[in-house]
Amino acid sequence: MSAVEPTLEVVDLVKHFPVSGRLLSTSSVVHAVDGVSFSIGSGELLGLVGESGSGKSTVANCIMRLTEPTSGTIKLKGHDITHISRSALRPLRRDMHMVFQDPYSSLNPRMTCGQIVGEPLRVQRLARGKGLDGRVVRLFDQVGLRPELRFRYPHELSGGQRQRVGLARSLAVSPSLLVADEPVSALDVSVQAAVLNLLHDLQHDLGFSCLFITHDLATVEYLCDRVAVMYLGKIVELAPTKELFRAPKHPYTQSLLSAAVVPDPEIQRTRTRIVLEGDIPSPISPPSGCRFRTRCPVAHESAPASVNEDPPLLDVGGGHYVACHLVRPGEHAPRLIDTAELRA
Amino acid sequence: MTVLAVEDLSVRFDTDDGVVHAVDRLSFGLEQGEVLGIVGESGCGKSVSVMSLLRLLPPTAHVDGRAEFDGVDLLSVPTSRLQRIRGREIALVFQEPMTSLNPVFKVGNQVGEVLRRHLGLDRRAARARTIELLDLVRIPAPERRVDEYPHQLSGGMRQRVMIAMALACDPKVLIADEPTTALDVTIQAGILDLMRDIRERLGTAIVLITHNLGVVADIADRVIVMYAGRKVEEAPVHELYAHPQHPYTVGLLGAVPRPGAADEQGRLREIPGRVPSLAELPIGCAFAPRCPRADELTRSRSPELSEIRPQHFVACFHPGPEWQER
Repeated sequence: MSAVEPTLEVVDLVKHFPVSGRLLSTSSVVHAVDGVSFSIGSGELLGLVGESGSGKSTVANCIMRLTEPTSGTIKLKGHDITHISRSALRPLRRDMHMVFQDPYSSLNPRMTCGQIVGEPLRVQRLARGKGLDGRVVRLFDQVGLRPELRFRYPHELSGGQRQRVGLARSLAVSPSLLVADEPVSALDVSVQAAVLNLLHDLQHDLGFSCLFITHDLATVEYLCDRVAVMYLGKIVELAPTKELFRAPKHPYTQSLLSAAVVPDPEIQRTRTRIVLEGDIPSPISPPSGCRFRTRCPVAHESAPASVNEDPPLLDVGGGHYVACHLVRPGEHAPRLIDTAELRA
Repeated sequence: MTVLAVEDLSVRFDTDDGVVHAVDRLSFGLEQGEVLGIVGESGCGKSVSVMSLLRLLPPTAHVDGRAEFDGVDLLSVPTSRLQRIRGREIALVFQEPMTSLNPVFKVGNQVGEVLRRHLGLDRRAARARTIELLDLVRIPAPERRVDEYPHQLSGGMRQRVMIAMALACDPKVLIADEPTTALDVTIQAGILDLMRDIRERLGTAIVLITHNLGVVADIADRVIVMYAGRKVEEAPVHELYAHPQHPYTVGLLGAVPRPGAADEQGRLREIPGRVPSLAELPIGCAFAPRCPRADELTRSRSPELSEIRPQHFVACFHPGPEWQER
């Protein structure tokens, strides 16, 4: 991805949420996102993976300016949109759109599905009247919904259909960036596959860039060009998808891969697994130094550096970035799992 | 030894939209020390069937059939007797560890309540046993955790407390309804290990209800696949994944994103259509409207279960391991 200008560029994004102090404690902050940088090239799909509390949704909300970032820079096709006013942002909204996780609560129950899909076109004054209806019909067709459904209300549709409405709405203004926050997590397996296929096909046909946020590594492998793995507000590893799944380097990524269950008992029961001790620490007081050290299975090898120093995200070759004291360019990364075991 | 034998269990709900057949003639046996996985998507009847076994459904539910446990029929035994079985001999772990613990009581009181109620332990003994149980489910520093409130624990920790509570009376059967669904994968791995450990150490039979085919592959010995209230396939776990026969099972296995799941065009297998409404099931096979193998026969009659390979049962007129047969 060496496009002249990336569709999205995020530099050192930080978002701290203040927590009001109660009783005797002084007020503190939740370090939701703590210095995240990445870019998405034209037509590229970047997967952002992490567990709950890793800050992945906050990153999405900052990019969409639904949350004001504490610091850092967000550039959409070269325009700095980090602090521009809402009115200045409005025309740029055409260029980025979001699909939310819950198709039940992200569609207005009082609008018909046709109105929902047509709304961005109306607001952006791109179409009205008959022209608008024609565009809506085409969009319904694009996402595999019968055009009659545009007169229905969201509650009359199934979860999968609703998520298609959400997708059609996002694509109505032909954005160059689609931010999809766990778009299939609320759906049943058989429906999930259809929505993922649709996203795959639409991206292929329309060529938009996409930030795909998920907790499910397997989905990313199927859909994305590159993957960024987040842990406690930081990116710990970023690499081309094939490379990440073939040779994951950060101990957290390896743990995550090893913990994901594979629907095949032969593979699932014979492969090496790492069970992480404890829970994800509180983002109010993240561990000093490396944030993963409290759960890292090889933390003893990197001590005391891991306690004192926060490892930077470094390129270890071929666009593979890792933030770990034990992973250095030209050296072997600690190998906790054998990724070949995952394949039949 | 069979600890639980369910025969022809049917559950109907009378609703404004008509009669909903949530479970239709479900039969299964559970052996001692066995992990039985029940898989299916939302609305397939997997949760309702186990809730009905413990008579936890609202009065609008009509339950028929038999469920033999320890010489009694759970569905007809007097409530007073059932109350001694529920929580003591058959224990239940729910999906939502956030909502199934009482937020205003300390963890220790909630686990202790089970011990005092069922085993008649006094406060002091109950507390000591609670600490043992929290330790059993590998909660670090149990002496401290016992005096904490649910909100002070993480999701994985709360689920461990739920399991500790379920194990309090050393039950013969543990029913776990989506025990890891609300949890992160790294936490899920720990809970699955814990369940494996409990089965090994205590010989508890476990019924694991889930929609996740990976979880079943990880821990179950035998698997039942449900669709629209009916059992469509049942087999030992290795057999089921290696030789799935029902098109729904085949479809589900192909629909899960995993290494090598996508076809040459990079697409996942889709099951067309959607899960039917249980109030208006088709006359023939409930899967027929979504099935590539459906024909006249499938649409006119509902297939019965038959043993197609050793211990492998399937309810399909055209069984086979390929999605598209003909």
